[in-house]
Parts: sequence; structure tokens; C-alpha cells
Amino acid sequence: MKFRSLAVSLALLAAPAWAQDLTIGYLRLQETPPPTVSDLDLPPPDLGIAGARLGIEDNATTGRFTGQTYALDLVDIAPGEDIAAAAGPLLERTDLLLVDAPADALLSVTDLPAAADALVFNVAAPDNRLREGDCRANMLHALPSTAMRTDALAQFLVLRRWDELPMVTGGDPADQAFAASIEQSLRKFGLRVGDRKDWRYDTDIRRAATTEMPLFTQEFGRYDALIVADEIHDFARYMLYNTWEPRPIVGSEGLVPTGWHPVVEQWGARQLQNRFLEIAGRAMQPRDYAAWAAIRTLGEAATRTGSAEPEALRDYILGPDFELGGFLGRPLSFRAWNGQMRQPIPLVHPRGLVAQAPLEGFLHPVTELDTLGRDAPETQCTDFSE
Amino acid sequence: MIRTTLATSALALAVALPAQADEIWVTNEFDDTISVIDIETLEVTRTIPTGERPRGITFAKDHSVVYICASDSDAVQVMDPETGEILHDLPSGEDPEQFVLHPDNRHLYIANEDDAITTVVDTVSREVVAQIDVGIEPEGMAVSPDGTIAITTSETTNMAHWIDTETQELFANTLVDSRPRHAEFVKDGTELWVSSEIGGTITVFDVETQSEKAKIDFDLPNIHPDRVQPVGFEFTNGDEIAFVALGPSNHLAVVNAETYEVEDYILVGRRVWHMAFNADRSKLFTTNGLSGDVTVVDVASRTAEKTIKVGRFPWGAAFRPTN
Repeated sequence: MKFRSLAVSLALLAAPAWAQDLTIGYLRLQETPPPTVSDLDLPPPDLGIAGARLGIEDNATTGRFTGQTYALDLVDIAPGEDIAAAAGPLLERTDLLLVDAPADALLSVTDLPAAADALVFNVAAPDNRLREGDCRANMLHALPSTAMRTDALAQFLVLRRWDELPMVTGGDPADQAFAASIEQSLRKFGLRVGDRKDWRYDTDIRRAATTEMPLFTQEFGRYDALIVADEIHDFARYMLYNTWEPRPIVGSEGLVPTGWHPVVEQWGARQLQNRFLEIAGRAMQPRDYAAWAAIRTLGEAATRTGSAEPEALRDYILGPDFELGGFLGRPLSFRAWNGQMRQPIPLVHPRGLVAQAPLEGFLHPVTELDTLGRDAPETQCTDFSE
Repeated sequence: MIRTTLATSALALAVALPAQADEIWVTNEFDDTISVIDIETLEVTRTIPTGERPRGITFAKDHSVVYICASDSDAVQVMDPETGEILHDLPSGEDPEQFVLHPDNRHLYIANEDDAITTVVDTVSREVVAQIDVGIEPEGMAVSPDGTIAITTSETTNMAHWIDTETQELFANTLVDSRPRHAEFVKDGTELWVSSEIGGTITVFDVETQSEKAKIDFDLPNIHPDRVQPVGFEFTNGDEIAFVALGPSNHLAVVNAETYEVEDYILVGRRVWHMAFNADRSKLFTTNGLSGDVTVVDVASRTAEKTIKVGRFPWGAAFRPTN
């Protein structure tokens, strides 16, 4: 008797009602990294793409049982090329897209008429404005915004009662954006940035760190922690242990808020890290994690809805039933007001996890994860209200 | 009453043997050890070294040997529970996390977490009988009481995979909520329960049709639903009441298995994970990963009675009768 019902299920397995083939585009505009003093941490050539590949593999394993197949359609263009032109043919092949490009290039893709009904995942641009005034209804963000990271750091500073907080800022636009976001986050949590200095040295600081850095930081006087805004990782790595005051460095170096890091190992994360290491031969970085999460999001939504239509997927992803296991201790979901993925933010040093935001005591009426980044009542994004 | 019986028989044996009470065996994931708890004194009497990263633990039906998933040693170890000596390793496939012993007392169904495979091992010939492709990060394992169906749940694929033990092939795959962790057949094999850690639910399947019959939600006052993460669960005699470990919410849920309603919550240690009963199921022992201890729960009064310090990251628990 049992085996009669087995036969029925076997039939179901052979021809699932929702057999589908999902092709997901990955459009990358390669970037020339800004010049830095040291080349210690050049981005791996497959940054982001390797995460997407793992996401496809993970989806495909599930797809074996649901009758869905997944394929990655990679379009990889050189620095300076026209990304909107490259997006055109890709959008003819698929309307599910990951874009790995700076903010303006990303917007030139989302604003294409051909992309109006597509679903685009931002996996590389942390800019707060993309979640605010420059948000787009067809664009979701799998990478945490800079605000989410700086809010996480601010929570930690409050927790440790470190409130004397000078800041050093580098000259790159990414450094400036990070510094601006730090200012906002500290204000949000009742702190403020102390004295500020800009880093504009053009000598080889590697030879002179032990003499220059103490002098450079001496003017700050007494403080609790020094914030460094050095998102391109140019100078601040030489500031650690060389400050005048023996105080910690936080921000872009030292204690760093990040979307993902090799030291994340709890909540089953080790399995994800191992799977990634196996296919990429290197450690998983935040952009890899964002690409993995974006593709897993599409896979999860396709499995649950039985659909491959961007609109149906988007509705489900932004709806209350969507949740994705992301190995960070809390389910991942998406904010309905700006398309930002909710995720906990690990605060790390190179060899260990220091804390993970949202930190205990930072409360929220809906979910503590929304203490990180721009919340619904304060959002300037109107594209999602329809 | 039962306890006096045990005490009496222990006394009777005392002439020939040293007095010995029943035990709870707990694997300490980060210490590579097992802590053995004496059920009478509620103290750790032995700490036994194991392979690397011990997680799943189960005794042979006659309790002559204990099987241990030594995940990072890529082996299932077979130990003599009297001496604590490792008798031999079984081939297990890579990264065995959890397993279940078939009612034939001979075949182990093992979840290979890193390989998306379920391995079937013959404990007598010490050979791999079958390897079955399942979803990503298999973990929860169960075999029906009549031995015809084995279940593997996969954490990332979010499915219960139904294995026909005759052919060792999948015959159904059913979706559950996010990150399934543990599975049990109950009520003479007519129901299958699967916990979903991230989904925060238990799905109850009708085994005959493999269709969803009920879904159990948990609602703890003052704890955000994200933190309510059901993992291990066990049933009282007659499968009337289920005790469900709710992970980082640090509570057990007490679920009426007839109505599927949650009747109570019991505060235990931090990140409660798995559990084991004593012989008459009057006491429950939970492993609390983060606090590194075991909570003893009185089943009748539904209260936590005692905390016992064990090793780092206690994971699995198993009962060993000694009489």
C-alpha cells in the first residue's frame, strides 16, 4: 500500500508541475582599483562572480528535486566600456540580473527601458543614495549599505562607551562617503565625531610609519578610539600600533564592520565558507556573499512561488513570507521600502569576530535588524510606495 | 517509584559490581570529548576523548557500543562504553554530522554535511552500502519504525528527502521551511516531524501521502521570532508531548502532539540544541551549546531542576542504561 503512494510521488518527481529553467545574468563592469601605497590586497579576478557561481550550484541542488535548472549568464566588460550597451543583449536573454558595478553605471542599467520589467540585484555598490533618493523599484540590494555598516560600528562604540572619537579621512570619494556615513550614524546613536584630520601624505608611509604616525595623531590628545575612513585601504593599515595614544583603531581598519568575512564561522557559516573555498580556492568576501545571497534569494523565491517571472519573484521577495538562511544567525529578508536586504553586520578584526550587530539593547518595534541602515519612517525612497 | 526500583537493583548488583546508575552521554563539539553524566548524582563522572568535532551520538540497540560522528575526523567512531576505548572507525563519507541507526541494528544512515550525500554504512561488514545524493548540508536523519523509509533533511535546500531503504533511492522530496535540522517518525510511523531552524516552525507530515498535515509555530513573549529557532526534539511515552529545543531563544517548548499546540515554555541554558530522556522519560537532559552545560528538566512539572557543567559546545545527547 505504501508503495502505491510511492509510485505517485515518483511520477510527481519525474514531471514537476513547475519545471523551469532560470537564467540569471551577471553583468560586471571591471574597475581599476585606485592607486594605494601597498598592493597587499588586490581584489581577486573572480570577486563576486565566484559567489554567484556558488549560489547557482546551491540553487541547482535544490532544483534537482523541484525540476528547476539554474544557469549563470556572465557578461564581463573592461574598465571604461559602456555598461548600458552591454546590458542590452543580456536583457534580451534574461530579466533576472546581478549588476557588479559602481553606482552610476548601475543606474544606467536599471534605467534602461528594457530593464523596466527586470529584477536587478545590486551586489557591489554600497552607496547610501542608492537606497534613498536614487532608489529604483526594479533594483534590490544584496550588499549592505554603508549606513548599515557604520550603524553597526556606532552601536559597538555606544556599547563600549567609547565617546571621544576623532577621525582621519582619506582622499578617495569612497573614503569621503564612509566618513559622511560615520557622522550620520554616530549622531543617530547619540555620539559625535571629535576632531577630524585628512590624510593627504604622498610620501611612502611604509618607511616612515613609526615616526610620522605618532606625530600625525598626537594632536588628537586623549580619546577612546580613532576612526579611520580609508575604504580603499591606502594608509590606515600603517596607523595601527603607531598612534600617539595607545588606543584602538576602528572603521576601515582595525575593528571593521563588514557584510561578510572569513572569521564568520558560527550559525553554520563554516559550511558556506568551506563550499566557497572549494570552488574558488580563496576566502569569501562581502561582494561574493552579496552575489551568493542574491542568487539564493532568486532560487528560494522561485522554489516557493513556482514562478520565474520578475514581478512574481519581486512580490514574494519583498513580502512577509520570504526568508533566507544566510548563516548569520538571523534569517535574511528584504526591506519593502527600499529593496535593501536585511542582514546582521559582523564586526571583525583580521583573526576573529568581535561582535555582531544589531547588538543587544538596540531595540526596534519590528525587527532589531532595522536598527541598521535607513528605516521605514526616515526613508527618502519613494519608488517602492507605488 | 521507578527510581526506587533502579536504586534497589543497583543495590542488588552492588555486591558483584560497583554501583552504577544510568547515564547520559553528551558530545562536546569544541572539546573533542564526551561528558558522561550519572543520572542519580547528576554529576559528570567521566570525560572521554573522541575524534575531532564530535556531534551525533547514538547507542547500538543493545547498548554494547556507542557510535559517534567525529565530523572533522571524517569518521564514525565505534566506542566501547564500558572502557571508553575506540574499537574502530566506520567509513562515513566526509564530515558526518548526524546519523540514525536502522531498526535492524546494523545499518547507519549518515548525513555528510559538506558533501550533500547520505551514506549508508553496514556496521558489521564496515562497508559503505550506498551513497545517496540529497540536498545541500544534510543534517536531520530518521528511519521509520518498520525500517522501510529513511529521511534526510537538508539545511540549505530546505527539504525532507524520503529514501526507500529497499532500493536506497529517493522516492519523494518535500519542501519545509528554512534550514531543517531534525526529523523524527512518531505515532507508530504515521507522522514525520521536521523542525526548521530559520523558519521557526515544525512541519508535520502524513507519512502515507508525504503531505503536510500541520505546522507548529512558536511564540515566545519578549523574544523576537528571529531568535526562536527550533532544532532537536523528543517525545514523551506514547508520543503525547514533544519537547522542542528552541536554540538561541534559550527555551524548550512543550508541544501537545495531538493538538499541535504549544502548552508551555521552559527556560534552559543558552543555545539549547539536542536532548535525551532517562529510562522512564521522567527527566530530560538538554545540551546548551553556548553556556557549555546540560539542563535537567523534570517532565511532569515542566521545570528546569539543575544545570550540569560539561565541555565546550555540547551538541548531541544519548541515554545509556546500565542495568
